[in-house]
Amino acid sequence: MAEYEPIIGMEVHVELQTRSKMFCSCEVAFGGEPNTRCCPVCLGLPGSLPVINERAVEYMARAALALNCTIPPQCIFHRKNYYYPDLPKNYQISQYDFPLGVNGWVEILAGGKPKRIAIRRVHMEEDTGKLLHVAGNRSYVDYNRSGVPLMEIVTQNPPPEGLDQIESAEEAREYLQRLRQILLYLGVSDVKMEEGSMRCEPNVSVRLKGHSEFGVKTEIKNLNSFRSVYLGIDYEIKRQIRILEQNGEVVQETRRWDDERGVTVPMRSKEFEQEYRYFPDPDLVPLKFTEEWIEKLRSELPELPMAKLKRFMSDYGLAQADAEVLIDSPELAEFYDTCAASYKDPKTVANWLTTELLRLLNASGKKLNETRLTPAHVCGLLELVDAGTINRNTAKAVFEEMFNTGKSAAEIVRQKGLEQVSDEAAIESVVNRVLEANPNEVKRYRAGEVKLLSWFVGQVMRETKGKANPATVNKLLREKLES
Amino acid sequence: MRLTAQDIADVARLSRLELTEEEKETLAKHINRLLEHFEKLQELDTDDVEPTSHVIPVYNVFRKDEPAPSLPVEEVLANAPDVADNCFVVPRVVET
Repeated sequence: MAEYEPIIGMEVHVELQTRSKMFCSCEVAFGGEPNTRCCPVCLGLPGSLPVINERAVEYMARAALALNCTIPPQCIFHRKNYYYPDLPKNYQISQYDFPLGVNGWVEILAGGKPKRIAIRRVHMEEDTGKLLHVAGNRSYVDYNRSGVPLMEIVTQNPPPEGLDQIESAEEAREYLQRLRQILLYLGVSDVKMEEGSMRCEPNVSVRLKGHSEFGVKTEIKNLNSFRSVYLGIDYEIKRQIRILEQNGEVVQETRRWDDERGVTVPMRSKEFEQEYRYFPDPDLVPLKFTEEWIEKLRSELPELPMAKLKRFMSDYGLAQADAEVLIDSPELAEFYDTCAASYKDPKTVANWLTTELLRLLNASGKKLNETRLTPAHVCGLLELVDAGTINRNTAKAVFEEMFNTGKSAAEIVRQKGLEQVSDEAAIESVVNRVLEANPNEVKRYRAGEVKLLSWFVGQVMRETKGKANPATVNKLLREKLES
Repeated sequence: MRLTAQDIADVARLSRLELTEEEKETLAKHINRLLEHFEKLQELDTDDVEPTSHVIPVYNVFRKDEPAPSLPVEEVLANAPDVADNCFVVPRVVET
């Protein structure tokens, strides 16, 4: 049977986390009562004039640089004209042939075969209002979102020499995750797919393997999570291959992902006219960027997540899976970095953070910066374990206590008297007591039921409030039971 | 370049304008006369001239990213054809 290969293009929209809108001073926020963050500019009232938000441009330029784009010396805004009630002006201020950033790439690891996914452009625009479809023949419109700074990032297929394109649903998901991480590190957006501050509209086509011409593509909408991006694209690839295998033809159309049924369905919407009659917005003068300004922004970029991932693996010897968990949030990555730099065994720190810390964060619903835990506290705890002052089990309890109270490990151990008891004589007396109190279990053990050993260990630990050195307990119990 | 009545009809549809056949014919004539003037301009050699998007030499007009109060919701909705739950109410455009 013929083999097919998919080609995937990604169009991603990201709402910026500025304080005010792109072209007016209305506040940017999520939720709230409808139409309470609107003014003549974002309502498109006659006579109003847009003025560009300086920080929004800076944020998007920062993003363009982090995505390895070139920032041309000049860019302009265009009007994209179409009639739909999500836009009160009947046009969206966007960019056309002179966007903010061009020719970039994002690195993905693609299961061990790293790829640089080509980015065609990064451009600035404004978000639209929100349509709420209600029962009957009416829609409600909320313009709170209208005019929120929006960044569009589009991949390039086919890619230019030396760069790659996305060729599977898995790669599409990773591309999106890497993009999210980068924007999170830059602090320009909260990039939440569930709240719509990052939205993704992939287009998918398949072709016979080895052919250079693209097949007919479809666009998928309504993908509100990384999972649905993966599932939607995967479904669409398989659907198109099935059509081609039956000698059918793929129809160029926009399809909606139905998350409940796990299928894409044609949107019964009237297709938008693809004739947007773009023209330069006369209300907005061009932007010119000096080389110094661009270089200043570039020099201020933080270490980006992929670089951090590679450094954690090479400098700290972490496995990729652990490094991925740590770099996924910039706060956690920085926390770990500080710990790993000052403690002798970076892998052990990584284990503690990826298990205990994440467990506590998940259970409490807190963010790292809302807790009072510090890297110094974590290192201090591990040093107490190394010195034999406390055992690992006690350390877990102390970790939780540090997480909740912000006290240091040494302080908690001292206040609660948790120092590990390694003194053989002291432990031996407890062991003797436990054995005398449980003659039946001793008999069963000696009759061959050796798995009772851990039960005895548990009894001794209970007697010593978990403070006994487990190795010593094991050794003494064995000696006495087997003599 | 000559525009036909059909071109006029297409543009009118994009702009949500309703034109009679007669208007389409008349407008086609008017626009074609205008376009002739542009054809005259195209005789100029502009190879060494940067495309002009704006005619005034002004760049980088910004505002600081500082929020200011929005309009009261009653004023926002004052021009709405119909209002419910603090929303503009419009005919449904997309079937879902």
